[in-house]
Amino acid sequence: MKTIHTQKIIDTVAEMCIEANIFLSEDMLRGVCIAESTEVSANGREILENMIENFDIAAKKGIPICQDTGMVVIYVSFGQDLTIEGGSLEDALQTGVAKGYKEGYLRKSVVSDPFIRENTNDNTPAVIHYKVVTGDQLRLKVLPKGFGSENTSALKMLKPSDGMLGVIKFVLDTVERGSPNACAPIVVGVGVGGTMEKAALLAKEALTRPLGRHHPKDHIENLEDYLLEACNALGIGPMGLGGSNTVLGVNVEVFPTHIAGLPVAVNISCYVNRHVEREL
Amino acid sequence: MSVINLKTPLSQKIRKQLKAGDHVRISGIIYTARDAAHKRMIEGLEKGIPLPVDFTNEIIYYVGPCPAKPGEIIGSAGPTTSGRMDIYTPELLENGLGGMIGKGNRSERVINSMMSHDGVYFGCVGGAGALLQSCIKSVEILAYEDLGTEAIRKIEVEDFPAIVVIDTWGNNLYETERKKFAHKI
Repeated sequence: MKTIHTQKIIDTVAEMCIEANIFLSEDMLRGVCIAESTEVSANGREILENMIENFDIAAKKGIPICQDTGMVVIYVSFGQDLTIEGGSLEDALQTGVAKGYKEGYLRKSVVSDPFIRENTNDNTPAVIHYKVVTGDQLRLKVLPKGFGSENTSALKMLKPSDGMLGVIKFVLDTVERGSPNACAPIVVGVGVGGTMEKAALLAKEALTRPLGRHHPKDHIENLEDYLLEACNALGIGPMGLGGSNTVLGVNVEVFPTHIAGLPVAVNISCYVNRHVEREL
Repeated sequence: MSVINLKTPLSQKIRKQLKAGDHVRISGIIYTARDAAHKRMIEGLEKGIPLPVDFTNEIIYYVGPCPAKPGEIIGSAGPTTSGRMDIYTPELLENGLGGMIGKGNRSERVINSMMSHDGVYFGCVGGAGALLQSCIKSVEILAYEDLGTEAIRKIEVEDFPAIVVIDTWGNNLYETERKKFAHKI
């Protein structure tokens, strides 16, 4: 039976928070560079050039790509044969976030109560989703989620009769309303099916799928392709100032649902779409 | 693409010459404020407490910077979404505010107020926190230090890149540019 000490988890989470905020993932860099080379609007091209220049400066200086270093979301896949020693897993994850945000000079953006709104000063708590799986691995996905894009996300309980067309319309409406504020070109995570909260979780996890990798089911892959083309036909463009690159990718995840329902959630990420994954 | 160099403060005459779509480089003193500082300023005005800064002809930059690393004066400092400040902005324009830097569209009420008071709205590249940080030459906390990243800071910028997104005449790039690139599929 494998054992992991909480200190290892704390240090790993701290490193992941810092890495996600300072260094762009390869899939996103490729996506933004393709956008820059295909953009038809002059304003759009200049904006995309600035974005790429910004990635370089952030990496060279070791400072965050964006000042909104987000509220941290962690997806935990916990192997059922694994033992944690040294304390609680939840405490270790939260301590790791606090350590990363302090040592990385990342912005603390979390308030303790949605109404009283006092900053917790260490960017905790993170939002943590646990999944127990077979095996003895601990797999962590860390997504520091900025709220410029998070605020443009939406969820709707459609009727089964609304079907795929209803889902397409809801995604396009959400993208159209949100893109100028969400730092386009955006990544669109869509969750369809399950229950209300399952659809939202699917949409968030869809953002962690690398850009350019399609859903394995043909009809979902076709939906992703159609949505990408339709979103980019909106003309919203980089930062909403017009252009051919509004969306870098659309990732759709699906789940079985109830005979009476068609939940759909749309989670929007900016062009940085921070996501780091590690296995311990 | 030609670029207009602007030096703050921005007189009414200069503001009126700016047109939506102009690319500018801003140099001089600007002030940072976002959600919590706006709320406190406007609630203060309602109680008769004067604004902590005379914003006449000045620019507010909507930003909550990261902490400074050792050896730096400020951390990453890109724009936040301006629309959240819409509820507070007309009152600041009535108090002389000349311009704003942020990202995203503004409400009709803000645009009408900008037209009445010759206010101008600049957009800069969202997420470009490291690039824009490089344009900041000095930083001083002026008010509301307890708000941390949301405190009001007086910052000196040099060649800060921005685009006039909504001009004093109400021309709005968010409305006009998109139409040029939208198409049916």
